Amino acid sequence: MRKLLTGNEAIARGAWEGGVTAAFGYPGTPSTEILENLVKYEGVYCEWSPNEKVALEAAAGASIAGARTIVTMKHVGLNVAADPLMTLSYVGVRGGLVLCVADDPGQHSSQTEQDTRHYARLAKVPVLEPANAVEARAFLMEGFEISEKYGCPVILRTTTCVGHSRALVECGEARDKNKTEFVKDPTHFVPLPLWGRKLRVKVEERLDAQAADAANHPTLNKIWEGSGKDLGIITSGITALYCKEIFPEAGILKPGWAFPFPDELIKKFAGEYKQVAVIEEGDPILEEHVKSLGVKCSGKDIVPRCGELTPDKIHEIRGKLFGGNEPLPQPVKQAEGLPTRPPVFCAGCPHRALFYALTKFDVLVTGDIGCYSLGVFPPLGRTDVLICMGGGFTLAHGMDKAGEKKKVVGVLGDSTFFHSGMTGLLDVVYNNGVSTLIVVDNTSTAMTGHQDHPGTGRTIMGNPAPAARIEEIARACGMKRITVVDPFDQQNIHDVLEREIAAEEPSLIISRAPCPLNIRRMPGPKRVIQADQCKKCRACLKCGCPAITIKAGEAPKIDPLLCAGCRLCEGICKFGAIKPEA
Amino acid sequence: MIKSILLTGVGGQGVLFSAGIIASAAESAGYNVTTNEIHGMAQRGGSVTAQVRFSDEEGELSPLALVGTVDVLASMEQIEALRYAHWLKKGGAAVVAKTAVIPVTVTNGECSYPNDVEERLNQVFDHLVWLDCVEQALKMGNARLSNTILTGAMAKELPEIGIEHWRKGLLAKLKPGMEEMNLQAFMKGYEQCSNI
Repeated sequence: MRKLLTGNEAIARGAWEGGVTAAFGYPGTPSTEILENLVKYEGVYCEWSPNEKVALEAAAGASIAGARTIVTMKHVGLNVAADPLMTLSYVGVRGGLVLCVADDPGQHSSQTEQDTRHYARLAKVPVLEPANAVEARAFLMEGFEISEKYGCPVILRTTTCVGHSRALVECGEARDKNKTEFVKDPTHFVPLPLWGRKLRVKVEERLDAQAADAANHPTLNKIWEGSGKDLGIITSGITALYCKEIFPEAGILKPGWAFPFPDELIKKFAGEYKQVAVIEEGDPILEEHVKSLGVKCSGKDIVPRCGELTPDKIHEIRGKLFGGNEPLPQPVKQAEGLPTRPPVFCAGCPHRALFYALTKFDVLVTGDIGCYSLGVFPPLGRTDVLICMGGGFTLAHGMDKAGEKKKVVGVLGDSTFFHSGMTGLLDVVYNNGVSTLIVVDNTSTAMTGHQDHPGTGRTIMGNPAPAARIEEIARACGMKRITVVDPFDQQNIHDVLEREIAAEEPSLIISRAPCPLNIRRMPGPKRVIQADQCKKCRACLKCGCPAITIKAGEAPKIDPLLCAGCRLCEGICKFGAIKPEA
Repeated sequence: MIKSILLTGVGGQGVLFSAGIIASAAESAGYNVTTNEIHGMAQRGGSVTAQVRFSDEEGELSPLALVGTVDVLASMEQIEALRYAHWLKKGGAAVVAKTAVIPVTVTNGECSYPNDVEERLNQVFDHLVWLDCVEQALKMGNARLSNTILTGAMAKELPEIGIEHWRKGLLAKLKPGMEEMNLQAFMKGYEQCSNI
């Protein structure tokens, strides 16, 4: 049965066919759809864990108990889960455990461009790199086999373009699940130094065996014979598919089992060609290894280090390799002078209302990762520093403790509060900080497509769950000043901010209103601007709502197709010119 | 043979829905199909693109075309068509909605929205279909049908896929109850395009 699946859908399919019992993850583009699709299959336990470290730990438990397990996250999520990964490599697994990590070359929706293959080397675990959905399904299933054969976790590394591209995938039926029954063996599962030192040696021995296995693997690696023997390209993942179209004459080696490196395969392939080039996206990991084998090759001298290796970049590399300038087939010049179109808060977004209120105060704002990161853009421009998920409160605390003269306001989302932000709140309270902390609570993990989290009262499997209350957690941490506000009530939020920013002790404001896209309900009736009452003062434009537009010399207009009826602009207009539609 | 289609627009306009219809129609017609779409931050009012490629040969297909080789460019917003014009091959077809979605960067005075769109479109595209599909959709009673009308017009530029497969592809992507209206909108686009 052939199905047109995205890479992420195919990973879910492979997990199901491979007999997965349990799956854990935290949402993150471009990995989110794996669990969202896996949960549709009968009989698989799925969960959104509060963060990636929790997800991997839970998965380790499931696997040690004997079950086949997957864990999903984006590349930066693996930073959070790195601690259990390093030790799990020693302790090992029983049921196959595949850690699906999605890298984001080109930073389509990420703060960094990390190459997860570094983690595979650091943790000394195998990494498989599918190029498309067909391979994503097959490699996931093969990952279970390798994981069980060697008793270690396996990383399935995808990239944005693999996860979000479709191909026709031949699908099969599900294999039986493993029997879950823990077998006691502390020398294996408890890495006290006494036993840990022995496990350490086993890890190294395992790497050698895996390298040999990788070189001879019957299905994971691919070689496309070109029409000649002049150029051999060693590449990986989806880059191989671009190379195949742009270098039809070259031989191409794509090691699907990318680490431990399949040395014998690489040496044999390289020996057959006059010239060898390593064309890989990300860091020169494969290239440096190929060179260490004594193979002369080009690599990052002609291949960009940064950004996504798109077909036009491969075309440029072709020009550099052959010393000529084959111009891009570009009948039309790239347009100039077009207005940029960055992502913005949707019409009706409660985050806009909160950040607009913050524009009235001379404070610094530290934020974290979510839709509300967009608060940095003009005309709001109300985020000054942002590092990582859960970091909004702690950044504020640090600036304050360093003696920053301005008051610092830390902002988190609801999902990121549970992810890793609540320890920051604990830090501020425990260490007698005075930061003003704000949770912009839209009761959803909105940026990645509205996933549930511990505060929503529902699990990914659709079951009701106790909804964790941010204010109760804060109170239990010792926070005394806690205010819950409706961000669309601008007068009230202004008063609350004024009072709390002036406070000489830690303070928490929960700005609470649901994401209208998530609940599929508009906050209120659409608004219209009464042209005869409008003084053209442009104040309503300062909230950056995409529904409000203006033509030179005219009064602003509200696009009825876009307006979500949030009433923020009505509150901003001092002349009463904005009203609910009749 | 490989055919490449690039779809562009603004988050929320239905670019991914339209890409799904093409892919589904091409699959129904027996082609090897691949698609690519950019998710994530782009859905928040940003510029969105998707590509569909289909081929009569089996095997791995790159989901991304090379700049300057795309057979059909379909844009649900008029200046997004200009932004991606250089992706189209010489003689390729551009199917563009007569729709302006004003970016916030224009509203807050950072940038300006071009006022010579028609002239520029005619300048860069040899074969342009410029459709007032929102207006037509509103006449049909639902502005959301505009992308189905545009998809119909684009379908006309891909004769490799027969109309019966377009119908199947469209129906496969619709929620129950929406079929009749969307089929009408699709045919409206498909038929009027042939008159231009």
